[in-house]
Amino acid sequence: MKKRRFFHLAWIVGVLSVFAFVQMAHAISEAFKENIYDMGTVKPIDSVLKVKVGDRAPDFTLPSLTGEKISLRQYRGKKNVVLSFVPAAWTPVCSDQWPGYNIVKDIFDQNDAILLGITVDNLPTLYAWTNQMGKLWFPVLSDFWPHGAAAQKYGVLRSNGVSERALFLLDKKGVLRHINVNDINKRPSLEDLVSALEKLQK
Amino acid sequence: MKRKLMSLALAAVFLLTVSSFIHAANKPPQKGETLPVVNLPIPKSPAEKSYLGLSGAGFFKILQINAKVVIIEIFSMYCPYCQKDALGVNELYDLIEKDPDLKNKIKLIGIGAGNTPLEVGIFKKNYAVPFPLFADQDFKIHKACGEVRTPYFIVVKINEDGSHLIVHSQLGEYPGAKPFLELVLKSSGLK
Repeated sequence: MKKRRFFHLAWIVGVLSVFAFVQMAHAISEAFKENIYDMGTVKPIDSVLKVKVGDRAPDFTLPSLTGEKISLRQYRGKKNVVLSFVPAAWTPVCSDQWPGYNIVKDIFDQNDAILLGITVDNLPTLYAWTNQMGKLWFPVLSDFWPHGAAAQKYGVLRSNGVSERALFLLDKKGVLRHINVNDINKRPSLEDLVSALEKLQK
Repeated sequence: MKRKLMSLALAAVFLLTVSSFIHAANKPPQKGETLPVVNLPIPKSPAEKSYLGLSGAGFFKILQINAKVVIIEIFSMYCPYCQKDALGVNELYDLIEKDPDLKNKIKLIGIGAGNTPLEVGIFKKNYAVPFPLFADQDFKIHKACGEVRTPYFIVVKINEDGSHLIVHSQLGEYPGAKPFLELVLKSSGLK
């Protein structure tokens, strides 16, 4: 009898959870016109983290939109680093994440931090997409080839080849101080990121 | 027991579905329609309170703003066009406030779709927005407005008898302060 009750309660919770996902909302900017490909609501997280807070952040070298190659190690001893992995160009939440970071450079500066934006898209796609965002102050890196290799090192490459919507904060020693693998369907909390940045200064 | 649980589940799903239809609109507010009912917090700033003609604390409805015409901009801190148009919309506020004939007749507010108070505050500070902005963190208002893309402008005319009508709405394509003010004056009949 107890088992049956449990089964039915689980069923109710399941139905309500599905309903909750249907309710997800985005405020898409007109800047992207009709060019946003809506993938609908997908599995919130589809990978297993390979790093934890306190670990040395895995190094990588990736091509950036400006043409130069950027290695994580070049910031060691100089800057705190925020890695912002977003799943894919031309999708709803991703298109409304970096433009917001673009107007909070002062918060990054106050906390002596640089932001690196990363997706698994190739450079031409990233170029066309980020052009709609205005001039970005932070480097945008392509983790296209070998496909998703940097995302793989952190354990944020999903089974369909895009990355999670994840934020990693490293201190100047290259040690991970904050990790947020966010529900891919939602924008990460800016409050949490700001608070993690401010903690570094304490 | 099984039947009871099944009925409970179905009732819960039904109620959630119905409540979502009450709050969500399937199209943006259009000219000739009325505004969806939304409650906004009365600003804490005395200057903003005075600008809107409000007093006390708690919540207010847009139609309670002391004006003949209210311009609502649905924006987002994360929207590049809202960022690009921000200074031009400030200029619209200045044009209105500097004109003694319009100053107390037209008011401007912004609603940050999906934005937290911190995010709205960042937008306000970055672009020195002089008119009140409100956070719509859980997209409640955004949903009631048909999940419009941003920026979205709605011009509402409030009549003497308290009734109101949307006289203009547009997605993006902000033409600049002067042409937009002309459009507001013409569509609302203030000119």
